[in-house]
Amino acid sequence: MRTLVSESQLRGRRGKAVYWAVFVVVAVTFTAAFVFPLIWMVLGAMKTAPELARVPPTLLPQHANVGAYVEAWNFMSLAHFFLNTIIVVLGAWLVQLAVDVPAAYALSKLKPKLGNVVLGMMLGTLMLPASALLVPTYLTITDVPLLGVNLVNSPLAIWLPGAANAFNIYLLKRFFDQIPGELIEASTLDGAGPLKTMWRVVLPLSRPVLGVVSILSVVTAWKDFIWPLLVFSDPQAQTLSVALQRFAPDTPVNLLLAGLVLASVPTIVVFLIFQRNILAGLTAGSVKG
Amino acid sequence: MSTAVRLPSAALGVRPTARLRRRIRENVTAYGLLCAALLVFAGFSWYPIVRGVLLSFQQVNFVTAPTWVGLENFQKLFADPQFWEAWVNTLLFTGLALVFGFAVPFAIAVLLNELRHGKAYFRLVVYLPVMLPPVVVALLWKWFYDPGPGLFNSALHSVGLPGLSWLDSPTTAMLSLVLVSTWANMGSATLIYLAALQTIAGDLYEAAELDGAGLWRRLWHVTIPQTRFALLVMLLLQLVATMQVFTEPYIMTGGGPGDSTVTVLLLLYKYAFFYNDFGTASALSLLLFVVLGVFGLCYVRLTRRAD
Repeated sequence: MRTLVSESQLRGRRGKAVYWAVFVVVAVTFTAAFVFPLIWMVLGAMKTAPELARVPPTLLPQHANVGAYVEAWNFMSLAHFFLNTIIVVLGAWLVQLAVDVPAAYALSKLKPKLGNVVLGMMLGTLMLPASALLVPTYLTITDVPLLGVNLVNSPLAIWLPGAANAFNIYLLKRFFDQIPGELIEASTLDGAGPLKTMWRVVLPLSRPVLGVVSILSVVTAWKDFIWPLLVFSDPQAQTLSVALQRFAPDTPVNLLLAGLVLASVPTIVVFLIFQRNILAGLTAGSVKG
Repeated sequence: MSTAVRLPSAALGVRPTARLRRRIRENVTAYGLLCAALLVFAGFSWYPIVRGVLLSFQQVNFVTAPTWVGLENFQKLFADPQFWEAWVNTLLFTGLALVFGFAVPFAIAVLLNELRHGKAYFRLVVYLPVMLPPVVVALLWKWFYDPGPGLFNSALHSVGLPGLSWLDSPTTAMLSLVLVSTWANMGSATLIYLAALQTIAGDLYEAAELDGAGLWRRLWHVTIPQTRFALLVMLLLQLVATMQVFTEPYIMTGGGPGDSTVTVLLLLYKYAFFYNDFGTASALSLLLFVVLGVFGLCYVRLTRRAD
C-alpha cells in the first residue's frame, strides 16, 4: 500500500541506506524503551539489594536468585491477594456479561417503548468522568439505597458499579443491530421466545463482540486501582494492586520487584494470547466510533 | 423477507387486540431483560450523579442528617491555597502530557507506518506498558527514579554524569510523573493513529507527489488533514484522562515535594478520605465535572458526526 514515502524512493541506494538506518534506530529505541524495563524488572528481582544499587548497574544478576519469587510470594502472602483479585475480576466479568448482554439485546432487538430514552440515559453517563462520581458512588456503596446494606470490603462493591457500563452496552448493541432481523423472525416463527432466540441465535453469532467485551472487562478490572483502594479498607479484602502499594515501603526492593513481575504476568499473558482481539477492539472502540 | 412474514398475518386480519397483547408481551420481556441494567444504572450511576450535585451544597458528617450550607463548600475550596495549586499542577501535568503524549505517538505512528519490516513487533512492544497494572508501573518507576540506588542515577553516575533529583525536587517532580505516564499510556494512542494512517488512500500521496510536493508538504497537506478526526478525538480523550491523574502522584510522590504534585484528584481524595469532608469533596468533583464535561460534550458531538 502506498504511504508517505513511495516504494521507488526506498529502492535507490540512498533510499535503502536511509531506510535501514531508520529501521535500526527504531528497533533499538523501541526495545530499549518498552522491553528493556520489563526485562530489567524480571532480572532485577533475582539480584540482591546491594547489587541492585551498584554503579554501574549490572544487567544479568551475578547469582540469579530465582527463589526471590517464592520468597516474595510468601513475604507478601501473594496467594491470598491473587485469590482476592481473581474473585473480584472474574465476578466483575460475569456480572457485566449477565447484566449488559440482555440489556443490549432488549434495546437492539425488542425495541421496547422508551428504549431510546433508556439508551440515551445510559450513554449519557459516558460523558461523565469516572472520578467526578467517586465520592457519591462511594457513599452509595456504604449505604445502598432501599437495601440499607454496607458493601465496603465486599466484592459486590466492585461488581455492581462495574456492571453499570455504558460502553459495553454500546458495543454490544451496535453489534446486535447488525444481526439481520430475518434470523430473529425465523427463530420466532419456529416458536422460540425472545430469551431462547437470544441464547440460541444471537449469542452464538456474537462471539467476536463478547470476546472484546470480556477481555476489556477482565483487563480493566485487573488494572483498576483507585476504586478498589477506596472500597477495600480492610487489608485482608484488598486486591493485588492495592496490597502491593501498601507493602511497597516495607518490602526489600528485590522482593518488591518480584511481586511486581508476578502481578503483571496475568495481563501480559492475556495480551500475548489475545493480541489480535485486543488491538482490534482498541481501534474499533475509539476512532471508528 | 420481513414483508413476506408480515403479509399473511395482515391478510388473516389479526385483531388489533391480539397485536396489542403481543406488543405488551414484548415490552414486558424487554423490560425484564433490562431490569438488572436499570437497577445497577439507577443505583450506581444515575443516583450518584444526582447525589453528587446535592452533596456539593451540603455538609455531611454521618452523625447528624446532612444540612444545606449553600455555597459554603465552594467558598471553603476557593479559600484553600491548595485548591489553586492543585489546578495549576493538574493543568501543568495535562499540558506537559499533551506535548509528549500527543505529539510523540503521532510521530511514532507516522514513522512506523513507513516501515516495511517488523511492524507486528513494534505494535506489540509499544502496547506492552499499557497492559501493566498502573500500580506496577508507578512502583517500578519510583525505583528507577530513586536518587540513591535507583537505576537512572546509577546509569548516569556510571558514565560520569551527576544524578538528577527526579521526584525529589519541585521543579522536576511533575515532569518525571509526565514521563512515566506517557511511557505507560502512549501505546493506545500510537496504535489508534496507526490505524487511522492506514485508511489514507494511496492516490492522495501519489497525486501530491505528481504536483511536486516533497516529504514534509505531503505530511502537512495529506497525512495530517486525513487523520484530523483521530487526532482531535485523541486530543479530547487525553485531556479528559490526564486531568484525572491520580495513581502516579498518589504512589510516587504523595503530592510532594511541597505541594508540587498535588493534583485535583489527589486533593479530592484528601478532602473525602482524610478530612471526611464529603461535601467539599463533592463540590470539587462538581467543578472537575464541569470542566471535563465541556470536553466530553465535544467528544460526543464529534463521534456523532462521524457516525
